[in-house]
Amino acid sequence: MKKKIAFWAVLVAALILLPPLVLAVKQPYYVDLVRRIMILAIAAISLDLILGYGGLVSFGHAAYLGVGAYAVGILAFYGVASGWAHFAVAIGASALVALAIGAVSIRTSGIYFIMITLAFTQMLYYLGISLAEFGGDDGMRIKTRSRFPLVDLGDPVTAYYVAFVLMLLSAFIVSRIVNSRFGMALRACKSNDARARALGFSPYPVRLIAFVIAGGLCGLSGALYANHTNYITPSLMSWLQSGELMFMVILGGMGTTAGPVLGAFALLLAEEVLKGFTEYWQVILGPLLVLSVIFFRHGLAGIFSRHE
Amino acid sequence: MNNLLSVENLSKSFGALRASDGIGFDVGEGETHAVIGPNGAGKTTLISQLAGNLRPDAGSIRFAGEDITRLSAPRRSRKGLARSFQITSVFPEFTALDNVALAVQAQAGHSFRFWRPAQQDSRLTDPASRVLSEVGLTERQHILAANLSHGEHRQLEVAMALATRPRLLLLDEPMAGMGIEESQRMIALLGALKRRLTIILVEHDMDAVFRLADRISVLVYGRIIATDTPEKIRANEEVRRAYLGEDA
Amino acid sequence: MNWALVFEQLLNGLQYGVTLFLMAAGLTLVFGIMNLVNLAHGSLYMVGAYLAVAATQWTGSYLAGLALGLVGTLLVGMAVEVIALRTLYERDHLDQVLATFGLILFFNELVAMIWGRAALFASGPAWLSGHIELFTGSRYPLYRLVIILIGFLTALILWYVVARTRLGMLIRAGASNRTMVAALGTNIRLLYTVVFGFGAALAGLAGILAGPIYNVQPGMGELILIQVFVVIVIGGIGSIRGALVGAIIVGVVDTLGRAFLKPLLGTLISLPAAESAGPALASMLIYLLMAVVLAVKPAGIFGSRN
Repeated sequence: MKKKIAFWAVLVAALILLPPLVLAVKQPYYVDLVRRIMILAIAAISLDLILGYGGLVSFGHAAYLGVGAYAVGILAFYGVASGWAHFAVAIGASALVALAIGAVSIRTSGIYFIMITLAFTQMLYYLGISLAEFGGDDGMRIKTRSRFPLVDLGDPVTAYYVAFVLMLLSAFIVSRIVNSRFGMALRACKSNDARARALGFSPYPVRLIAFVIAGGLCGLSGALYANHTNYITPSLMSWLQSGELMFMVILGGMGTTAGPVLGAFALLLAEEVLKGFTEYWQVILGPLLVLSVIFFRHGLAGIFSRHE
Repeated sequence: MNNLLSVENLSKSFGALRASDGIGFDVGEGETHAVIGPNGAGKTTLISQLAGNLRPDAGSIRFAGEDITRLSAPRRSRKGLARSFQITSVFPEFTALDNVALAVQAQAGHSFRFWRPAQQDSRLTDPASRVLSEVGLTERQHILAANLSHGEHRQLEVAMALATRPRLLLLDEPMAGMGIEESQRMIALLGALKRRLTIILVEHDMDAVFRLADRISVLVYGRIIATDTPEKIRANEEVRRAYLGEDA
Repeated sequence: MNWALVFEQLLNGLQYGVTLFLMAAGLTLVFGIMNLVNLAHGSLYMVGAYLAVAATQWTGSYLAGLALGLVGTLLVGMAVEVIALRTLYERDHLDQVLATFGLILFFNELVAMIWGRAALFASGPAWLSGHIELFTGSRYPLYRLVIILIGFLTALILWYVVARTRLGMLIRAGASNRTMVAALGTNIRLLYTVVFGFGAALAGLAGILAGPIYNVQPGMGELILIQVFVVIVIGGIGSIRGALVGAIIVGVVDTLGRAFLKPLLGTLISLPAAESAGPALASMLIYLLMAVVLAVKPAGIFGSRN
């Protein structure tokens, strides 16, 4: 418990202090880098809800990043600039898509579930590619950022702190959810499905609701991402992106509050370092990931909790 | 006729194997009814059909006057029909208290609350603590289920079934793998539950069966060959033949 | 209604279906027998295509290139199995998915390092470059017809091996009870390596045959792999028969959909709307098909609830 508090204290302090420090040494790039990591950490947190706590190996989670991002892009395309509209639609649309995909997928389990979520994401990816007005394969530029009163997402440092606050908020909300009655039911269904049913829990509605919440939260991440890069492509929805999200969750430690955040930082910083070495950094990352799966089962957050 | 459970012509086959062959019996309210039989007689198949984990091929099951044959396991549980498992089936990553609290929660409903921590909800933890003290696990309630001993697992199994406040308790070999001392404790526990609940007890431990049961049904090759009081079953010729080699 | 065109597209669909089958058969075998989800199966398809192109350039002969490509893929497959996959048999599917995902990244970059990121040009043999006259009067590429033939021939050989040989018997026994087969003295490890290599060779064959038709480039495996998953889900995991039926269905539906959905829609709704809706719907068609099949038969057409 002490370790946990220490971890969060250090992380929060470091992240708060980063922009002024980094700007003082004239390296603004790191503000953008860490901002991107925090935005994707929100996506990882949402995935941890269904994967780490729910046991749903969804290989299609990046779809909601795409839906959220494109919601912002498409609204901006048609001249809607209100940030509230952008974010509301991003979250709402993602939740709806999650409802549709989840309703079908959650009827299956095991390997079928993995393959089906993968297939549905791919379907959305192709949909994204074939919508020529929105750039198709090449993607689209975001015409106007999401406009909020008081907060200018166009300013890198402001956007950084917005992402920071939303990341902490997401982690907090998810931790409340997983410890609530709903969360316990979800975790029970993961722990022992047959027993949960015997007691009277119905796994399907519980899992579906978790899936929808996770989808909506990931849509928030997508909306932030669109404001971060201001150019989005369908590859945001590809299964390679989904795989990256899964690795963040696993690497950091599934089913923990700190895990997805740790994993996002670990994976994306590792990628940054490797990119500095060679253009072909994936040739090194790939085997590293394989090794991490083989040897590093409980992830980084394992140092915080007692394991069997 | 105050039958809580009525089973009529229950049949289930797995390919050529008739695991349940026209099973029929009644269990009255407040009765403790044991089901015994040699290995492979189909006892667990019967329990699974009663609990809703297995669909029968034919026959009907009536519970409190209602036909529950097509009802799913979660729904039967919510109607008051609870089951324990022959092979311990708990939630290993949760503490004993959490395990029982989950059982309470499943029965109480209201699982769609997203904010308040369940582990601090006294409406769940108080009943859970009470049940745990009934089965004698109070000192171990904060231990992770994975770290409990085998006997404690069996106690936890019964506790979880009890926590759903059932009208009918299906116990599938609660004494499986227990030593003498643990068995005696379990027999005492079940004895204390007898009048409060209706119990269907599948067991190999004949000491327990004859001390607890009001009536006994004997299952051999998927058929019930006799249903009667313990003394009459003891004296039954056919039953003795079926148990050749086993002590009765 | 241009029936000649329809028939031609039907043949294209069969050819695509056969390519999918070669991939699906290997994947479903490996899953059914070793309970291993292998996302890197698409990488073996890619490796086959690249090795064949390189070998053809080196030797100057298409057939030599084909043979070397196949052998090369077989060896790569077995090496991957021994080095990386052995530890994963006992793990859960999530671990297998993640580990093989790492392999995808590795192979894609490796191939890009050696051959660059641009698509390579691969051509079929000169003696197959002609056309054949169909009964409909139109001409159809001989090469594609040969692929269809090879595909069905392979299906036949596979059926024979699995149903009629000792190896096939071991495979079927291993699928239902691994430990028992091992206890009976069979070298389970060797069996697994052989089965995996076999599956790899099939994927490599698919890649080699498909090279001249589709693009040979890094990431080509992943494009087709998702559709292979759809095939397996529709056909039923672990069933080779399901793989064949599923592959033909997916191949034909996808090809016909891409060719005819837009014009078909154009007759029902306005042309500009069909212009955008057509391709979008066509690309989603097989996934909708998968959803429908699953609603009716959750374990796939020939699958069994395991």
